[in-house]
Amino acid sequence: MELVQRDQLQSLIDSFAGKDVYIHLETTNGSYAAHFQEGFFNAGAFIRNIVVNYELGKVAGDSPHRIGLKLPSGWIYAQGITHYELDEHGRLLMAGLGPDGKLAVAFEISETPFTY
Amino acid sequence: MEKERHVLVIFPHPDDEAFGVSGTIATYIEMGVPVTYACLTLGEMGRNLGNPPFANRETLPMIRKKELQASADAMGLTDLRMMGLRDKTVEFEDDEKMVKLVADLIEELNPSLIISFYPGLSVHPDHDATGRAVVEAIRRMSESERPKLYTIAFDNKTVEVIGHPDVHHDVSGVTEKKLGAMNAHASQTVWMMEDMQKRLDAEDADALRWLKTEHFYTYTF
Repeated sequence: MELVQRDQLQSLIDSFAGKDVYIHLETTNGSYAAHFQEGFFNAGAFIRNIVVNYELGKVAGDSPHRIGLKLPSGWIYAQGITHYELDEHGRLLMAGLGPDGKLAVAFEISETPFTY
Repeated sequence: MEKERHVLVIFPHPDDEAFGVSGTIATYIEMGVPVTYACLTLGEMGRNLGNPPFANRETLPMIRKKELQASADAMGLTDLRMMGLRDKTVEFEDDEKMVKLVADLIEELNPSLIISFYPGLSVHPDHDATGRAVVEAIRRMSESERPKLYTIAFDNKTVEVIGHPDVHHDVSGVTEKKLGAMNAHASQTVWMMEDMQKRLDAEDADALRWLKTEHFYTYTF
């Protein structure tokens, strides 16, 4: 993955619009957050291989970027995106990596299902 | 350490075996005791991807699978089972399916000792769920047939709840293998091991104690 180049990422997001695509979306503080910092309120969410068809997708803000997808009757968005790549399977992988190299958010779009 | 008929180690993540059990595994293997390690997931949800990143969400499992195999090789372990579950989902699997997964391994291998996590005191939800399934599978066996169960617990309130470990293994004969297992999981341990190696080189007492001894709580039914 490389640092987000906004125009390139925007055109990749455009290329998946109007198609049935599989989504992976994840936010996380890690399972040890409250262990290392007592009282830490640990929240996160994970969804994988949900099929959607978005009509409009946008990259917003300066890095870390926000990514929003407008669906026929709803929305998907993620914030904190720093890195991206189009992998060898044609999947758009986006991630928000902290300065410590730890993933805080992952947002992925693919025309084929992700593995289990 | 006593000689065992067969030792079955059950943890959910590649690297769970390395930190506090790899010396025990390597020592049993040197003693000629058969050891099986059933690792439930490939740590697919690990957060260490580096910045700049060395992996992404989709390539991490393959990296960690190779690291797990390398860790097994470092310990001399030949019976490594990858059970195909997904990281961070173990507690959401059907409870009976989890108990059966453990019971099937017990039935196949007839271990005299099982090593896993102490349910409720192992911090990560996958750790606790694994420990729960192991405890329940053994609890359902007749008392005379039950293997011993050694557990790892490291919740901040562990000592308050169950006191100090009662089983202590001298693993000073296999320190190179233990360090080999730790270093095999480079994607997870490289930062920790840089610091650890410095402490070992400086003969830091806590670091040497970590390297040469391993501690478990016997789970009583």
